[in-house]
Amino acid sequence: MAAGVAAWLPFARAAAIGWMPVANLPMPVAPTEKNKRQDELIILNVSGRRFQTWRNTLDRYPDTLLGSSEKEFFYNEETKEYFFDRDPDVFRSVLNFYRTGKLHYPRYECISSYDEELAFFGIVPEIIGDCCYEEYKDRKRENAERLMDDQEDNKDAKLPNMTFRETMWRAFENPHTSTMALVFYYVTGFFIAVSVITNVVETVPCGSAPNQKEVPCGERYTVAFFCMDTACVMIFTVEYLMRLFAAPSRYRFMRSVMSIIDVVAILPYYIGLVMTDNEDVSGAFVTLRVFRVFRIFKFSRHSQGLRILGYTLKSCASELGFLLFSLTMAIIIFATVMFYAEKGSSSSKFTSIPASFWYTIVTMTTLGYGDMVPKTIAGKIFGSICSLSGVLVIALPVPVIVSNFSRIYHQNQRADKRRAQKVQKARLARIRISKTGSSSAFLHSKRNGLFNEALELTQLPYKMNLSDQNSTEDEQRLSKSTSLLESQHHHLLHCLEKTTNHEFVDEQYYQQSYLEAGLQNYPSRSPSLSSQDGVTGTCCTRRSKKHHTPLPNASAPAHMQPLTHTHTHPQGLQELSTIHIQPLSTSRSSLNMRVDEPAPLNCQSSQITTAIISIPTPPVTTPEGDAHLPAGPTHQNVVKVSAL
Amino acid sequence: MDAKRVETISARVDAAVSSSDSVEDELELSAVRHRPEGLEQLEAQTRFSRKELQILYRGFKNECPSGVVNEETFKDIYSQFFPQGDASTYAHFLFNAFDTDHNGSVSFEDFVMGLSILLRGTVQEKLNWAFNLYDINKDGYITKEEMLDIMKAIYDMMGKCTYPVLKEETPRQHVEVFFQKMDKNKDGVVTIDEFIDCCQNDENIMRSMHLFENVL
Repeated sequence: MAAGVAAWLPFARAAAIGWMPVANLPMPVAPTEKNKRQDELIILNVSGRRFQTWRNTLDRYPDTLLGSSEKEFFYNEETKEYFFDRDPDVFRSVLNFYRTGKLHYPRYECISSYDEELAFFGIVPEIIGDCCYEEYKDRKRENAERLMDDQEDNKDAKLPNMTFRETMWRAFENPHTSTMALVFYYVTGFFIAVSVITNVVETVPCGSAPNQKEVPCGERYTVAFFCMDTACVMIFTVEYLMRLFAAPSRYRFMRSVMSIIDVVAILPYYIGLVMTDNEDVSGAFVTLRVFRVFRIFKFSRHSQGLRILGYTLKSCASELGFLLFSLTMAIIIFATVMFYAEKGSSSSKFTSIPASFWYTIVTMTTLGYGDMVPKTIAGKIFGSICSLSGVLVIALPVPVIVSNFSRIYHQNQRADKRRAQKVQKARLARIRISKTGSSSAFLHSKRNGLFNEALELTQLPYKMNLSDQNSTEDEQRLSKSTSLLESQHHHLLHCLEKTTNHEFVDEQYYQQSYLEAGLQNYPSRSPSLSSQDGVTGTCCTRRSKKHHTPLPNASAPAHMQPLTHTHTHPQGLQELSTIHIQPLSTSRSSLNMRVDEPAPLNCQSSQITTAIISIPTPPVTTPEGDAHLPAGPTHQNVVKVSAL
Repeated sequence: MDAKRVETISARVDAAVSSSDSVEDELELSAVRHRPEGLEQLEAQTRFSRKELQILYRGFKNECPSGVVNEETFKDIYSQFFPQGDASTYAHFLFNAFDTDHNGSVSFEDFVMGLSILLRGTVQEKLNWAFNLYDINKDGYITKEEMLDIMKAIYDMMGKCTYPVLKEETPRQHVEVFFQKMDKNKDGVVTIDEFIDCCQNDENIMRSMHLFENVL
């Protein structure tokens, strides 16, 4: 129940008078307000700033520091106020939470100090209102990352016992950890550069003898270039093998992009070694040499910026895809149009639609090589439209990609936002549980109240005049303190139950009884019960139905659940209060029942199961007991306790 | 007696203006604000003490800062007490019972008058109020259809997960029982006299009328 409407509980209870003429059963007794206090102002002195509020306001959330008796620890006798040595600015938000039921996060506040204050006052941050929750989560995430970054910087400190393999891997990954690593880093960098330059120079035409045609240097100094290539490849191979050896997870290393680049860079050489100088495959061999250019990507190990670029391109995949798609569409459209426009003209270069693709691309990117130009008027018109729209089509997605790039470059957050969404689901689940928690709290207290009743009734079987003294003592003995508000709310719900002669049960039990009701036929009602049809019929036939349900085998303990029914008859003769204890584990339902503390029950060795979802979140109060007095004075006759 | 005024935020008049019958209806961006009658007047009209009225008003104003409750807010508030079921239909009937002048909103005076009857009234008054609640069209008779509506609304508040499982005909059967009890001359309607007579003879109902006396 939202604490904000706690003030309206008296109204809701008063309105319950509307049910009274309709009800056929006596109502439960209202909870007495033991030591009811007049609502008083209490003073909260937080580091010198005095806040004043009603005591009832703080009592709305009994599971926080201020709402429970925990605040008595901070009570100052001389000044008659509660003194907290905490930040008064954050306390404003905390106190407003009690007043309005909504927790807000002030933007100017540091996230960790806010968290600390909330933890001190026993408030769960999940209940921050939707207006401020986004901001709170963002700040929290930033803070967590900052902490993680700091941690990573400290990770470079050498751990005492590292194996040789681990040392090597660390040296490969972080070159500045040791001198050897640095040397290795620069050496490999140098050789990558050498290799790339070699590949480039290989194709430059060197000086030639006057009688020979120009040859590229590669063919002139074959041996030299071959030796250079071999040296580089050997270095790269050794480096790759060393990395493979040092990698903590070889399989993962082999799948990583960098290792694939390494492999692709050195493979052509080996393939070239293996293949003979065969005419057929030499063409393919030449193609393979192209892959040598991938060696330049090995530089990305040396450059952070290159890695980030690759990463952002990867994450901009959807925008790039969109650009590509829209371009393709436009190209096809314009190529088709140009082809048919130029079809008529003679000696047209637009021989087919694919041939027009080239023209379209060159025009749309405003390159305009001029190797293909339209000659007809229509062609020229469409050509100009093409170039104009080209500017638009290209200009539109590009800023998106650019902004993406900058966003990612600065934040680098895609994966974390996905993680935050999971937390959002968890948060919603917790809020939902706390909302259903109030009904579960009622059921929980009902069971405890009934359990108390069962205890009393079984221990004092036929003693009907439970005086008030006894019951209050028992109450105090058996139940812990539950807030007055809770007990009044539960009393209200109990009145509703009595009015309609139905009980609130939880989801699981309802499903089960629904299944059972659907699958079994009711035997005829016992003649001793009178005409209160549907309700008593189902109740009592349910009792006789229990004989049909298979009892669990001896190894498993019998899970039982107490229920109370009070039947009244129009003749008003007898009030029969039966406590049904029935086996709940039927073969049909596969619901898991949680067995709480098994309590000794005098009648039989059985266990009382509280079969409700556990409610872990603090904002929900789970009253351990209930000021639930049995309707003692109204019982005139014998109370029969029948248990199976 | 009706001191209801529609004030605008900008036209904040001196607070000492006493009750007048003029309804000022100016600027488009006016907020409906309702200021209740003075504490003394309410004290005289209801059976609450000054302190109790203060407590009531604080709670009221907290939830409805504008000073009046409309039906939506009313349903919302009432539903929070019955998380398992749907309390909106019953809240609708309650709203009509509290809104004695039928202007679509419950002011603090209406609220407090209703509560005064419910908590501090005589048994006769309470039964009268209950009759008024059941009599949806306020014609002085409770018909079976009206009672069925009320009964369904009450059963709706229980929600789905009940034991025993709620069946379709349960409200109807309950209405039958009610009419058997209340309708003495079997003419199909219950009049106020039949109702009050029958309730006064029923021990349970009499006892339950005094249940909420110490609520405040």
